[in-house]
Amino acid sequence: MKFSKIALTTAALVATAWSAFAADISGAGATFPYPVYAKWADAYKKATNVGLNYQSIGSGGGIKQIKAKTVTFGASDAPLTGKDLDEAGLAQFPMVMGGIVPVVNLDGVKPGDLVLDGPTLAKIYLGDIKKWDDPAIAKLNPGAKLPSQAIALVHRSDGSGTTFNFTYYLADVSPEWKSKVGTNTAVQWPGGIGAKGNEGVANNVGQTKGSIGYVEYAYAKQNKLTFTKMVNKAGKVVSPTSETFQAAAANANWKSQPGYGVILANQPGDVSWPMTAATWILIYKTPTDAAATGEALKFFAWSYDKGQEMAKELDYVPMPTNVVTDIKTMWASDIKDSSGKPLFAMTH
Amino acid sequence: MSEVALNETNVAAGTGVTRASVLNRLRTTDAAFRTLTRIAVLTVLALLSGVILALLIGSVPAFKAFGFGFVTTEVWNPVTEKFGALAPVYGTLVTSFVALVIAVPVGLMIAFFLTELCPMWLRRPIGISIELLAGIPSIIYGIWGLFIFAPFVQKYIQPFLIDAFDGVPGLQDVFAGPPYGIGMLTAGFILAIMVLPFITSISRDVFDAVPAVLKEATYGLGCTTWEVFKHVILPYTRVGVIGGVMLGLGRALGETMAVTFVIGNAHTVSASILAPGTTISASIANEFTEAVGDLYTSSLIALGLILFVITFIVLAIARYMLLRLHQKGR
Repeated sequence: MKFSKIALTTAALVATAWSAFAADISGAGATFPYPVYAKWADAYKKATNVGLNYQSIGSGGGIKQIKAKTVTFGASDAPLTGKDLDEAGLAQFPMVMGGIVPVVNLDGVKPGDLVLDGPTLAKIYLGDIKKWDDPAIAKLNPGAKLPSQAIALVHRSDGSGTTFNFTYYLADVSPEWKSKVGTNTAVQWPGGIGAKGNEGVANNVGQTKGSIGYVEYAYAKQNKLTFTKMVNKAGKVVSPTSETFQAAAANANWKSQPGYGVILANQPGDVSWPMTAATWILIYKTPTDAAATGEALKFFAWSYDKGQEMAKELDYVPMPTNVVTDIKTMWASDIKDSSGKPLFAMTH
Repeated sequence: MSEVALNETNVAAGTGVTRASVLNRLRTTDAAFRTLTRIAVLTVLALLSGVILALLIGSVPAFKAFGFGFVTTEVWNPVTEKFGALAPVYGTLVTSFVALVIAVPVGLMIAFFLTELCPMWLRRPIGISIELLAGIPSIIYGIWGLFIFAPFVQKYIQPFLIDAFDGVPGLQDVFAGPPYGIGMLTAGFILAIMVLPFITSISRDVFDAVPAVLKEATYGLGCTTWEVFKHVILPYTRVGVIGGVMLGLGRALGETMAVTFVIGNAHTVSASILAPGTTISASIANEFTEAVGDLYTSSLIALGLILFVITFIVLAIARYMLLRLHQKGR
């Protein structure tokens, strides 16, 4: 039984590696931005006749493949540290953003009715708050009729950037979460059930009364799930919308981390959504195949400039213009072929 | 043979083909065929040892870091990089056990019905529809399990079980709530449906092989249908039945997709079979793509190695049982 599975995995890996040569630009990694990358690729192909082959195999896989040099770029929902980037000779920049929202299933509660804050959410997922009529939840929702119902926890079972950003936020607001559970693409959950993918979480929440889960905003919006509002760092109640995600991105200090590796959780600002998340691209600073990297940079530049509306249609948030200009300047100065000639020229 | 005969007439007709050259040619083709069969066997053996070797090498870092304790530890913490295989191993064994407890009696009864009681014209349609169950891709079982079966289990089966065994010592822990709908029991149910065709079709074939004279003689003695089944058919066919059960068990142990959807994917060992758990193959499928770091990846490969060993042990036990039955039968 087992070996057939391993043989399949191997075959899949080989196939991935092979198909990488078939397309003009090849990339692999995060699943979270896949819909928007696919949309950009489609439009870019029509505009320039250059195709993109993106394998959404997960951030971990994307990092492995770019390090093995089987793809031109890797994509990850969790940024690499400055040390990792330097050791591998990689450049890193954020491509697009999105938000993560808690979703609940409570009788009589409609989308946006319920308000939660970070410490309460952490306590719920730690199992310290067991019932919906807990004083901590009641305090945030004065006047709301909360049932004395057990809270059923739902989390992602597969490793995911969504979990990374969610647990990062919980660790940021709750010292107890930081010491007991921590932050990663997969963690040791104190309780609850694991479901595969956004759709798995959504479905389990949908059919379990009294449950809570977390999904990407685009997914929650398209499937009309009962999302909650959140209290942000400034103490204000905010709804998950493109505006509040953008506010979080605008308030972030992108230069503070190497490779723009700023995690957008719990950013300051009155209208910032506390669980905003970016997704990153990894590319070699001195690539072996300079032509392919040059093509990839052209695609990214095109996507930053022309792809904003397409991103918004899919409920992603485009990067702020000042950050994009900064990223392009970085490309022009840092990404070179073996003779030291820059692979990207600032034209815009 | 006809070829040889034909060639001999050629010899007789004096076409210059000698008997020796014909025989020579036959000898070379035969040798070539034998070599080909050997190569086929060696390829499979080489693949198998390659897989074992790859699993062994891949799991070295995990066993180096955690020692034998890897198998007996429940912790699975990607943040602190502490890993133990107890929860997935436990989940694998429990779900497979539940599957067999359900599928073996049901499968045997279906097989008996089809061979002994079913009207002739119904046998083929029923037989084919059960075999069709084996052709449904496991992802379909997973989706069906998550969207349709799990809510049903949550609404009707689990509350019933929790209430029925409440207060019964021992059993109340095995059937402890809350009813999530998904969990080890649901996974066991789905696995039971998936292994049912294996058990049914093999049992049906061996039941068919029971000599009619034996059955007729037993009926003639005044035995009931149940007695014929219990005292004649089962003892006569147990070797084949065990073979079918083991084949089903092999499938249940390694099944991935369908289980991942409905087991709840929690790395915990709990006494209640209603609680969420995980299996070896579900853990690998869930976590391999995003496993960053050597120790994490290695621990997942080590899980694969453990599943390999479990499957090997199951097959070995099956062989041993068949051997003993064979000796007793003689």
